[in-house]
Amino acid sequence: MKTAFKIKDVNGYYGESHALKDVNFEIGAKTVTAIIGPSGCGKSTFIRCLNRMNDLVPSFRLTGEMLHNGTDIYQKGRDIIEIRRKIGMVFQKPNPFPKSIYENVAYGLRIHGIKNKSTLDDVVEKSLKKAALWKDVKDRLKESALMLSGGQQQRLCIARAIATEPEVILFDEPCSALDPISTSKIEDLFSELKNEYTVIIVTHSMQQAARVSDFTGFFMMGELIEFDETKKIFTTPSNKLTEDYITGRFG
Amino acid sequence: MANKTNINVLWDKIFKVSGLIVTLLGLVVLAVLLIDIFSEGFSRLSWDFITHYPSRHPERAGILSSLVGTIWVMAITAALAIPIGVMAAIYLEEYAKKSWLTNLIEINIANLAGVPSVIYGLLGLGVFVNFLALERSIIAGGATLALLALPIIIMSTREALRAVPPSIREASLALGASRWQTVSTMVLPAAIPGILTGVILSLSRAIGETAPLIVVGALTYIPFLPESPITGEFPFISLAGLKDPFSVLPIQIFNWVSRPQHGFIVNAAAAIIVLLTITFMMNAVAVWLRHKYQKKIRW
Ligand SMILES: Nc1ncnc2c1ncn2[C@@H]1O[C@H](COP(=O)(O)OP(=O)(O)OP(=O)(O)O)[C@@H](O)[C@H]1O
Ligand SMILES: [Mg+2]
Repeated sequence: MKTAFKIKDVNGYYGESHALKDVNFEIGAKTVTAIIGPSGCGKSTFIRCLNRMNDLVPSFRLTGEMLHNGTDIYQKGRDIIEIRRKIGMVFQKPNPFPKSIYENVAYGLRIHGIKNKSTLDDVVEKSLKKAALWKDVKDRLKESALMLSGGQQQRLCIARAIATEPEVILFDEPCSALDPISTSKIEDLFSELKNEYTVIIVTHSMQQAARVSDFTGFFMMGELIEFDETKKIFTTPSNKLTEDYITGRFG
Repeated sequence: MANKTNINVLWDKIFKVSGLIVTLLGLVVLAVLLIDIFSEGFSRLSWDFITHYPSRHPERAGILSSLVGTIWVMAITAALAIPIGVMAAIYLEEYAKKSWLTNLIEINIANLAGVPSVIYGLLGLGVFVNFLALERSIIAGGATLALLALPIIIMSTREALRAVPPSIREASLALGASRWQTVSTMVLPAAIPGILTGVILSLSRAIGETAPLIVVGALTYIPFLPESPITGEFPFISLAGLKDPFSVLPIQIFNWVSRPQHGFIVNAAAAIIVLLTITFMMNAVAVWLRHKYQKKIRW
């Protein structure tokens, strides 16, 4: 299996507070990796480091290396825009732009200078199909994205992330604001997406992690306690803390 | 216990009634003012009044030069204050890292909005009229009013930018957009109604200002117009008029009310109606914009 990310001795700080502690592991390409752990353990911090979204937090500092396809994301002079284009992200709360459905998906291409109408049409259709939203919206692409239901909005956000042809898609609790039916629709997507993309999901739902992921990492208080195949984590975890967490004894 | 509830209910009523009285009082005063002005000046309003220069004879005097002066000065004020104010707000809100310096700037801008307008006149006199040697010109007057409008524009623009949810910025940045792309394609369009409202309100405040322009040296008697910005020869646009002396409506009004003849008082009332109409129209546009866009964008 090819390696997508290699995380080496990563430490993350918000000012004085130590949010990620000596994290070391590898994430395989074209797999679904779930990140679980109690609230405040650093899951979002970790995943937001992977596309350098944490650069937006002035107090945040990172040491160590995060290699994507062999080169450090944090290397001096790396083009952040290129990184974010290759490593897309879907957020906890659906956050479509207050524009049409079409423009939402086309935005990522437009900002990279693609204007050709038929290219845009193609990509919009392909991306919406991959996000299992095409059937719902094909007749109303010009309508405002804000008219869609929460679940549809989240799938639109997925389509929007897909449109720039990333290699990796990061999901930070993508279903926590959705109802069970919308959630299962999005969960079904993950197994499709991993044929083409490396998928990393932060989730609070143990069942979701067990259902959709190939690998699972368990964080606690900024440390990666255990990382292994999902099967192994949920049947025979090697760490007592992991076992306590997945059996619901705390968290 | 029951007693206490009764007292609270009583207080509630007292507050309600006194609040109503105070509100009505304000409205009544305003209505009396308006009625007084309209009954005095309405009959004086005519096309002649608008197209005549001021004169020693009240029945022949008009507001042409001060109305045109007002339009010129407001155009300069808008041309200077809007781009500078909006850009400053974008910088402070979207680019500047929070530090003691930005905090200091923020506090200062808030304080500037409360500085008496005559102080701006003194600043304009010192900087534009004397130091930059612009003399008592339209450009000096417009620049002075721009100083006055700036803090309001900066504050209302920042308010409008802050009202755009951060999740929109994150979504755009996460797609690989640069900061400027994010601001120009997502944040600004969403903030435009708020920005426009602030801009219009600040301009409608500036349009009624008298004191700073008196200090800068606007004239009270101008029997000619500034050089027209549109010329017969190439390049058809001339900014020579900017260096001309000027008057504005509030100063014309101020001048007329201080004359002893009753005819000038009537003229002043009529000019006030013109000024009020302009201000009301500007405010109406602001209200309309806010209403129109509020329906369109909801998060
Ligand atoms: N912008 C920030 N500034 C300062 N501290 C922060 C910031 N964001 C997160 N933290 C802190 O870093 C730690 C990890 O937070 P993080 O958001 O990564 O947790 P999480 O595992 O995603 O939690 P949750 O499951 O509640 O989303 C917490 O202690 C949090 O308070
Ligand atoms: Mg989180």
